[in-house]
Amino acid sequence: MQVTMTVNGQTVSRDVEPRTLLVHFLRDHVGLTGTNVGCDTSSCGACTVHVNGEAVKSCTMLAVQADGQAITTIEGLASAEGELHPMQKAFQENHGLQCGFCTPGMVMAATSFLKENPHPTEAEVRLGLEGNLCRCTGYHNIVKSVLAAAQAMGE
Amino acid sequence: MTTTETTSGSKVLGQRVLRREDPKLLTGEAKFSDDLAIPGALHMAVLRSTVAHARIASIDTSAAKSRPGVVAVYTYQDLKDDWAGPMPCAWPVTADMKNPAHFPLANGKVNYVGDGVAVVLAESKTAAIDALEAIEVNYEELDPVLELEESLADSNVIHSEIGTNLSYTWELIPNKDAVDDAFAKAAYTVSERYIQQRLVPSAMEPRSVAVVPAPFGGDFTVYSATQVPHILKVMLALTVGISETKLRVVAPSVGGGFGSKLNVYAEEVLALALARKLRRPVRWTEERSENAVATIHGRGQIQNIELAADSDGKVTAVRVNLVADMGAYLQLVTPGIPLLGAFLYHGVYDIPNYSFTCRSVFTNKTPTDAYRGAGRPEATYAIERAMDALAREVGVSAVEIRKRNFIPKEKFPYSSSAGLVFDSGDYMSNFDKALDMLGMDELLAEKKLRIDAGSRKLLGIGISFFVEMCGLAPSRVLASLNYGAGGWEAATVRILPTSKIQVVTGTAPHGQGHETAWSMIVAEKLGVPLEDIEVLHSDTAIAPYGMDTYGSRSLAVGGSAIHIATERVLDKAKAIAAHQLEVAEEDLDYAEGVFTVKGSPDRAFPLAAAAFEAFTAHNLPDGMEPNLESSVSWDPPNFTFPYGSHIAVVEVDTETGKVDLIRYQAVDDCGNRVNPLIIEGQVHGGIAQGVAQALFEEASYDSAGNLISATLADYLVPSAAELPSFELGETVTPSPTNPLGVKGIGEAGTIASTPAVMNAIVDALSHLGITNIEMPATPERVWRAISAATRH
Repeated sequence: MQVTMTVNGQTVSRDVEPRTLLVHFLRDHVGLTGTNVGCDTSSCGACTVHVNGEAVKSCTMLAVQADGQAITTIEGLASAEGELHPMQKAFQENHGLQCGFCTPGMVMAATSFLKENPHPTEAEVRLGLEGNLCRCTGYHNIVKSVLAAAQAMGE
Repeated sequence: MTTTETTSGSKVLGQRVLRREDPKLLTGEAKFSDDLAIPGALHMAVLRSTVAHARIASIDTSAAKSRPGVVAVYTYQDLKDDWAGPMPCAWPVTADMKNPAHFPLANGKVNYVGDGVAVVLAESKTAAIDALEAIEVNYEELDPVLELEESLADSNVIHSEIGTNLSYTWELIPNKDAVDDAFAKAAYTVSERYIQQRLVPSAMEPRSVAVVPAPFGGDFTVYSATQVPHILKVMLALTVGISETKLRVVAPSVGGGFGSKLNVYAEEVLALALARKLRRPVRWTEERSENAVATIHGRGQIQNIELAADSDGKVTAVRVNLVADMGAYLQLVTPGIPLLGAFLYHGVYDIPNYSFTCRSVFTNKTPTDAYRGAGRPEATYAIERAMDALAREVGVSAVEIRKRNFIPKEKFPYSSSAGLVFDSGDYMSNFDKALDMLGMDELLAEKKLRIDAGSRKLLGIGISFFVEMCGLAPSRVLASLNYGAGGWEAATVRILPTSKIQVVTGTAPHGQGHETAWSMIVAEKLGVPLEDIEVLHSDTAIAPYGMDTYGSRSLAVGGSAIHIATERVLDKAKAIAAHQLEVAEEDLDYAEGVFTVKGSPDRAFPLAAAAFEAFTAHNLPDGMEPNLESSVSWDPPNFTFPYGSHIAVVEVDTETGKVDLIRYQAVDDCGNRVNPLIIEGQVHGGIAQGVAQALFEEASYDSAGNLISATLADYLVPSAAELPSFELGETVTPSPTNPLGVKGIGEAGTIASTPAVMNAIVDALSHLGITNIEMPATPERVWRAISAATRH
């Protein structure tokens, strides 16, 4: 099936098997491997991307369902000039990542979360990121990063 | 900081330097193994046993072979001539250890759910996975052996060729009579039995391997999500029968390991052998549910621990009997894991008499092996839980029992009754600091208030004071434990013609930030900007020597090698500078990249100029080799012994059994601190993993031997919502065993936190008569314990 969507501002069109998940479309057909696959039960959130600005686990969606939609992946988050998004900066400044495998999904989930709740408490951040698993950081510095990003973006 | 002077006066060491690894990882630019574009690769899929114990009556692969896109399907029989040897176990802990032959695919019999039965190669991943369903296997099922004590009884032997389920018995009993005597004379004794449940390590990146054969010449590049590219290369050469000179192993970005990627796996061996067979690239990436059964598990022990104490509650002997679960086969270091804890069952206490026995048995379950802490969390759990039990017996607090028994500061270096020499420590100061930070008195008052008021939510405070042996390891000590390799680490430091610096390390980071920390070690010594230093690693073509990353070894061993190599490079540069300036070397000072003549600071020679001189070799001292580099292999003289006080505060809901971890405080002493940012990150993550063992995680099997927690929906890796922020403090007692004075921090949090949480839960409920709850302390288990205790 032919699907066409906007990925990080570029129009892409590919012929795919109907069963192709959005995450496999992005990784295998478009070649954007920043979005990771960490599980097979939609539990880990490593594959989180934005669909029309909202966080979606891209393993829960077929590529054909994304037809005509606007997708943003981790590769599209920094500015065209290469300046990191405030969330990416906050993750670096607060050591919010170690191995970095959950990080793209975590960053995409966190940016979407802050859109809904720009001034969250620590407890709200923790609940808001419940769908994204990290095995390295114990979440301490992830939560700190998101709170720092909220502050930076609110200024 | 309490005691050190070593890092004071540092310019770089001890600073919270942001990680240079991060930008690539934050932008999706980093490549993990499954991200690599490998044109023409065949996709591999493994058919796994769906039964725990069975003879394979027949396998029919014909339908699978005829499916579209399928290139080949193989079983054990088809590949039996492709191996130079069985899957490696590098740690034969005793001369008579039983190690059943283990091949990448099952030979006529499957021994656990997940055991490889057949392998498919296809043009696409979906074609390979779809073809698995077309393979017909007839199993003649056998009763599975699932429980450790059942396995020990040998009434049902898994590997008939070895005639027993007992792999080995290993003892450390320096003086049995003295131990018996201490128990005979004891004023108090405790005898505890703890279960270390099996855990699924669950690194977020699944395992992945890709093997690319060179079109001509028979060379292979193996890309693998591994912690141990160097060890893997040696083992692949031996197992698949390919000259080591034809093999290059690369670990691209690796998404966490926690010991689970410290191994040589069937899929790595298969991918290499099949790339050789078909002369095409072969790739494979694990599904998460495959990871749960086909990647090693951690823990899996029954621990019996007894303490004898005198009338003051001073412990006089510890006696430990373990039964350890090896799973169905011995993987790379499976049998050695209990031994890594075997020397630490006296914990931080000055206990003169020691007895440790471990019997390790096979079961029809996934093989176990190293999981963060590897043996040391188990030991710490047993002694720290038992010390609380002793405190209750003696009628003193958990704080008091520890203070009465600490190894005193004056006894360091401390020769333990288990035969180790602990490098340095000041346990009392660390503990006092932790108790001050915590506000113990207020918490105790609050706890009492809630009990008196009959509150639904009770408070518990749990202490765990841990010590571990890490910085693995002095090679001669490893030899005495029959380990199959050394414990040294290699480093090369070279200054390039343009004065940029290359550091080559044999460590293999997978989240630890070595590129940042190793640069800091070099920058400290040379006084050059961090940006001028690059760190190369995890590729055997670039870094041919190394012992890789595990056992909290990389900084203490690999960092020390880099430090020494940097010193030697600087010495050589100094000889060049002295020659150029026509002064004696001892007349030179060095700071921030420039040599100057003592007393005449205007006579200067920059390091950059020495690098260029070494490159042109136009005017070097007679006999000097034209390079500015040093290669060092450093073998540590001893382990290092980090320690610290971890304290958990829990709230237990007596109506639902739910446990909330409301505070967690850790005061660690890892010796000198290179980068506090990275240290704290390691502690945070370690705590979360240990807490997860206490409260959430368990590899649960049904009575047929099926893993019923085989997905991340069933196996409860905690999310941010289940954990609090952590409160950290530190003391600094430099290790005298390495030039950096460091000890290691990668496993500390995991080692310490599990008993802290369980002691806290028991503390909350001990007035009800509850003395133990099995892990994980689920609401159901806690509720049942409370119901049973309050029913009568």
